[in-house]
Amino acid sequence: MSVRRLAEESVQPAAFAFNRSNAAWAKRKIKNYPKGREASAVIPLLMRAQEQEGWVNKAAIELIADMLDMPLIRVLEVATFYTQFQLAPVGKRAHIQVCGTTPCMLRGADDLIKVCKNKISANPFDVTEDGNLSWEEVECQGACVNAPMVMIFKDSYEDLTAAQMEHIIDSFAAGKGSQIKPGPQIDRIFSAPEGGLTSLTVKPVKTKARKVAAKSTSKQAAKAPAKPAAKIAGNIGNASAKPAARSKPVKPVKAADNAANKAPNRGKPASIRKPAKPDNLKLISGVGPKLEGVLNGLGIYKFEQVAKWKKAEREWVDGYLNFKGRIDRDDWVKQAKALAKGGVEEYIRVFGKKPR
Amino acid sequence: MLQDKDRIFTNIYGIHDKSLKGAMARGHWSGTAGFIKNGRDWVIDQTKASGLRGRGGAGFPTGLKWSFMPKQDSERPHYLVINADESEPGTCKDRDIMRHDPHTLIEGCLIAGFAMGAHACYIYVRGEYMREREALEAAINECYDAKLLGKNNKNGWDYDIYVHHGAGAYICGEETALLESLEGKKGQPRLKPPFPANVGLYGCPTTVNNVESVAVVPTILRRGADWFASFGRDNNRGTKLFCVSGHVNRPCTVEEEMSIPFRELIDKHCGGVRGGTDNLLAVIPGGSSVRMVPADQIIDCPMDFDSLMALQSGLGTAAVIVMDKSTDIIRAIARLAAFYKHESCGQCTPCREGTGWMWRVMERMVEGRAQKREIDMLFDVTKQIEGHTICALGDAAAWPIQGLINHFRPEMEARIDSYTYRSDKDGAVLEAAE
Repeated sequence: MSVRRLAEESVQPAAFAFNRSNAAWAKRKIKNYPKGREASAVIPLLMRAQEQEGWVNKAAIELIADMLDMPLIRVLEVATFYTQFQLAPVGKRAHIQVCGTTPCMLRGADDLIKVCKNKISANPFDVTEDGNLSWEEVECQGACVNAPMVMIFKDSYEDLTAAQMEHIIDSFAAGKGSQIKPGPQIDRIFSAPEGGLTSLTVKPVKTKARKVAAKSTSKQAAKAPAKPAAKIAGNIGNASAKPAARSKPVKPVKAADNAANKAPNRGKPASIRKPAKPDNLKLISGVGPKLEGVLNGLGIYKFEQVAKWKKAEREWVDGYLNFKGRIDRDDWVKQAKALAKGGVEEYIRVFGKKPR
Repeated sequence: MLQDKDRIFTNIYGIHDKSLKGAMARGHWSGTAGFIKNGRDWVIDQTKASGLRGRGGAGFPTGLKWSFMPKQDSERPHYLVINADESEPGTCKDRDIMRHDPHTLIEGCLIAGFAMGAHACYIYVRGEYMREREALEAAINECYDAKLLGKNNKNGWDYDIYVHHGAGAYICGEETALLESLEGKKGQPRLKPPFPANVGLYGCPTTVNNVESVAVVPTILRRGADWFASFGRDNNRGTKLFCVSGHVNRPCTVEEEMSIPFRELIDKHCGGVRGGTDNLLAVIPGGSSVRMVPADQIIDCPMDFDSLMALQSGLGTAAVIVMDKSTDIIRAIARLAAFYKHESCGQCTPCREGTGWMWRVMERMVEGRAQKREIDMLFDVTKQIEGHTICALGDAAAWPIQGLINHFRPEMEARIDSYTYRSDKDGAVLEAAE
């Protein structure tokens, strides 16, 4: 984990206030959350404060704690926990965040860091004397197919080389950062492969074409009922999507039902004779005295048996008990596995609570 | 190879019109009201029948997850929370969905929310995706203006979508940490149970879904579950966005069929491994949190959950990190160890202390400044972290190192030997103390 502290008192400003548009924005943002849950807005508000001031200062933290009616320590916790908050001033024209995680490292992030060290400062977070530039190494920024990359405030600059990095730093230092187009710095469409598309070369099919596709699948699946199609025809002009949809759901479910009806014994769990010492199946959460009786009636006495149930068995028993999926929801198998392995102790270890 | 007509994200590269009008012309937002008229169970059944497994890494069946939500609960509201905190190293698929094809996600949010009885949805976007967030917010506003969202909308299900964001914490991609963060706290995971489906956001039933899982649902409903299930191997159905990074000639994000062999994926879309297939050393197939797979095992492996699981790795988020023979593999993993050390939330001791410990040892392993027995000790420590923490970050920190030791132990030993050899050469005096 990263240990972070607020900046020295000497650099902390005396007061902080949101500017007009940001204050109005904050008001709207807080309304996004239910009453009494205003604290949810703490991260967005801190971020807005950072966008306004360039970093998160103590006064802003105090103001936001007041605005959201939160104890100060909770906001301090949040500000120090999340590493995107800059707790000390950074470069005004550019704070360059170089991604150094493995995917970027493999494609040369080390060279970018070297450039930053040479051009800006030997150590991360050291702001240049004019206060314009600083850099840091950050963890994965989520642009791995465009590695290596840097973030400068809101924009990412991708597919970089050391030379291009130097150019970017020079431009920002001169206050001409906006002249550089964010995104890939080579001839490439965002995350598409360089040198031409390998997929999506055909213009996307319009609704009309899609209708045909949907219709054909619907025919294969089952004879599409004509009525619903006609009913929906006026609806956003997509007669086709509906019948395909309507006819399909019934099919797999019914098929499963039929299978179960036709072969009632498929999936029936193997039974054993009553052993000398049957397990107390009631320890499985979801099994009561009555169900234990039913299970015993099926020849199920030991946890090992339940633990070995595969999907077919679970479905069969589920259907037998008319349980509507409760076996899976309560996860009898996992419970039984734990109980079979080490009894109550193992159960407590796995589930963190006593059985039943 | 997947054909263009079967691709769900038709504007993933942003070359077409991103607006609502453009999205509608590509077929999005058509028939949505009809799906809602078909009812909750229908949507869930269709999703189950399609075989869709969660795209956020764990691969849990999406339809099943939705069915865990209480059927009737009048007192507490239900919430859908979208996990757009995409921070797994190697992964950048949700980014493209949000900035270039946001309407797939928004329509999916409405349908998924309906399927679980939620009237409100929060999309938690990672803090660094600022432009992506702006694009998403703009798209949502378009939908409100077109009366596709909000109260009394055209789709017949009152629904509000709010965009929230984080501030650079990897751990907030864990679903309970995400909920904590959304409630305005530090992102430290919660103990489960209770599971979010019972006690989630603000103590209410909540389901957390990955962006891609939800964004594919409208198309599945439109084209039918069996269409989606026609791709990929059994139990690994559908199409998937792959992010191929590292040492390939042309890294890219691409939507492909599940179970596409690794070789085909790389050759078709990425121009092959840098320096030819023979130059391949190892691949991390599912984002940094899975174990690496050496070249000979991965090259013809189908890229899906089960095949990669069989190789003791995993599909994860389908973020394929390719490493050729020029890679310092020990350093590559040491860098990941540094990542996990940085991102541990500090709640559980094995992870807080262990990630730092592993990183320091790994740094020495990179130089070779270690004892060979320390390799065993390192492996042992990874085993002590794995499974002993509240969330999976401990496991995720342990697995890359385990993968390294499993497959590249001779490399590590050679590094140690060369260091010792050098220290001898440099004039270290080896004399018996008399």
